[in-house]
Amino acid sequence: MTGNFLFQAVIYLSAAIVCVPIAKRFGLSSVLGYLLAGIIIGPYLLGFIGEEGEDILHFAEFGVVMMLFLIGLEIEPKAFWRMKKTILGMGGSQVLFTVILCFLILSLLGYSWQSSVSIAMALALSSTAIVLQTLKEKNLMDTVYGASSFSILLFQDIIVIPMLAIVPLLGTASGSTSDGHDSGHSSLLDNLPIGLQTVFVLLSVVIVVLAGRYLIVPLLRVVAGTRLRELFSASTLLIVIAIAYLMELVGLSPALGAFLGGVVLATSEFKHELESNLEPFKGLLLGLFFIAVGASINFGMIIDSPVEISLMVLGVIALKGVVLYIVASIFRIKMDQKLLIAVGLAQVGEFAFVLLSFTNQLGILSREQLDLFLVITAISMTLAPLLAIFNERVILPRIGTKESEEKPMDTIDKKNKIILVGFGHFGSTVGRFLRANGVELTILDHDSSRVDLLRKLGFEVYYGDATREDLLESAGAGEADILISAIDDPEATMEMVEVLKRNYPNLKLMVRAKSRVDAYELLNAGVTNIYRESLDTSVRVAEDALHFLGHRKYTTHRQAQNFKKYDEESLRRLANKVLNSDEYIFRAREEIAQQETLLKEDLKRGNLYDDDTSWDSESMRTRINKKE
Amino acid sequence: MKKILVLFAHPRYEQSRTNRTLIEGIKGMDGVTIHDLYERYPDFNIDIFIEKDLLKHNDVIVWHHPFYWYSCPPLLKQWIDIVLEFGWAYGPDGDALVGKQALNVLTAGGTREVYCSEGRNNYTIREFLRPFEQTARLCGMDYLPPFAVMGTHKLSREELTTHIDQYQELLRSLQGDSIDIPEGDSCQFLNDLSFLQNTQAK
Repeated sequence: MTGNFLFQAVIYLSAAIVCVPIAKRFGLSSVLGYLLAGIIIGPYLLGFIGEEGEDILHFAEFGVVMMLFLIGLEIEPKAFWRMKKTILGMGGSQVLFTVILCFLILSLLGYSWQSSVSIAMALALSSTAIVLQTLKEKNLMDTVYGASSFSILLFQDIIVIPMLAIVPLLGTASGSTSDGHDSGHSSLLDNLPIGLQTVFVLLSVVIVVLAGRYLIVPLLRVVAGTRLRELFSASTLLIVIAIAYLMELVGLSPALGAFLGGVVLATSEFKHELESNLEPFKGLLLGLFFIAVGASINFGMIIDSPVEISLMVLGVIALKGVVLYIVASIFRIKMDQKLLIAVGLAQVGEFAFVLLSFTNQLGILSREQLDLFLVITAISMTLAPLLAIFNERVILPRIGTKESEEKPMDTIDKKNKIILVGFGHFGSTVGRFLRANGVELTILDHDSSRVDLLRKLGFEVYYGDATREDLLESAGAGEADILISAIDDPEATMEMVEVLKRNYPNLKLMVRAKSRVDAYELLNAGVTNIYRESLDTSVRVAEDALHFLGHRKYTTHRQAQNFKKYDEESLRRLANKVLNSDEYIFRAREEIAQQETLLKEDLKRGNLYDDDTSWDSESMRTRINKKE
Repeated sequence: MKKILVLFAHPRYEQSRTNRTLIEGIKGMDGVTIHDLYERYPDFNIDIFIEKDLLKHNDVIVWHHPFYWYSCPPLLKQWIDIVLEFGWAYGPDGDALVGKQALNVLTAGGTREVYCSEGRNNYTIREFLRPFEQTARLCGMDYLPPFAVMGTHKLSREELTTHIDQYQELLRSLQGDSIDIPEGDSCQFLNDLSFLQNTQAK
């Protein structure tokens, strides 16, 4: 059994590793690579997987659950509320029109009205997995196309719940009993009256919301306190799985529950840490899901009636595309974005598998009808990335309505995105001053109790280890203009700088340095904006000491200004002469050698005082008297 | 072609409509260097070597500033105090600036009418600018009458545009050395010269 499992794992992973990079090489999305991998190892080509493909599909649906949790994390309740018009308007009209049209056509084709309704509902849904994956890969989330697609998909993900609730009613209406239901997952509530069921469903939603606030966040704080990374990953998985389980228990969609859980946690300080922990799991499971979709395509059926099936696939895609185009027109979206939406969302989505199988269990659809529409769904999903490429490379270049913006002159953009890493005694001062000037910050800190306190004070602070690439990514290092490092530990600072320099060469870095030697290392790593925490304060101490000795304040102040200037210059001059050694003993020796060089330079330069001839009437007097 | 150095001093640039448009108007002109003093030296710690070097490489020095309490903002005065060094700009061997041209370009809230012996401010702009005039003279420079944008509080968009055109035209003419300026105080403002008045008609 284990051997079999390992063999399967080897097959799946190698298929993915071969196909995905090939797809990527040709500029295609990874989704297509996974689908192809599935087709190749599926029962009709190499035959590595057969019947169990369907089980894997069910298992891999968990990837969709995780994806919705992650989507939920991205949406803060406020933003969600702001989008309500697009979600309800665009999403609602898209689903409504598509369902009505599909229903009419299917009825005309001779399907019973019950099956027409359920198939129409299944066809109206698009693939969240494919579209969002593609949007993320191509970095299109911020475009009109991305935002509209997201709204429509979100509406579909929500509407699938009532759809799943309606289908059993159709079953009863058609006269067939609901005992087919038992063969699928059975829910605790099946034997309860409808009224009580509703109460339990509402209750479970409330539980998710309350647990998010009062159970999960405190739990994560405790876990974060242990500083064990794998424990945090385990908690993250536990959260998602527990929510999914609870939802399944009461007969709700785990995907919706996960989404809800995500939204609840979107405002918590662990948002980015959760994201970066789940991301690899989600990626793997989604990949598996796409492979399973590819493997489940019934080629036997396609070979039996190729014309009928291709006509139906094209018909569905065309119908969905036209509806989307019209909806986008109603919402006055520009031509190019409209086409992208119409083509991008024209496929049938993964929820169709769920909905159709459920309908089949209820006895509304026959096995043949089920197979037919599963094939249509799978083919349309396979075609989706291809259509998007067609759209991108053939249609769009011919239209070209690019958005252009007029820029007002020389005004400060308050939306400058700044990430502040570290919010201890150094970073907090930086953050306070920036906030006092109306600059919004994303703050990262690895002390969870501090994060908690700061959040109560209204700062946007996230918990996490900033040397991790994925955390920096989810904190927005890709889009930010400036990243300020106020990290205390020089080694962590260097580690983060290296990650940032490698992945975000255009991000402006402003880095706190503990000592002169740290500053050298940063300079040699290519950082130009370096702030030695010791320089300003210590010079100010010396400045005040001179004042207490009886020197005039403005004169010593000018001395201090010049001293700092010389010191910065010498820092840059000496940086490339430094040996880069990590050994502490060498560092200490190096530091002493540096001191020696500096002191010698100071001696050579002499008193800064003598250099300053401004307002110097004495030198004027001597020169004039010499002349006479 | 003569090179022009615009020494611009405004402590609140982002809120000054007039100065911002004037500076935007001459930005990028060939042979014109705009040196934004408050942006370069927020700590008033002027780098004398850099400043001397800039002066050495330019032929026309423009002190561009708003008119505050009948004079310039403090950083420009600081600049005059410490850059125009004894023994370099004046005094024994102080001949670094000899033969260069200097002038004030200024903006003032009050109109020309309030700056005269009968007006609220009793003295003319030229009279208030005597310290600059004499500073230039002591350094052996040729001091030109000021180019002034007066009454900025009530300036219309169109009037401002005319001033920008005139400022550009003035700098271009200074580069070509093609202006004929009457001696002494007979010319109160460069704005009144006929070639700039033509710009206004355009």
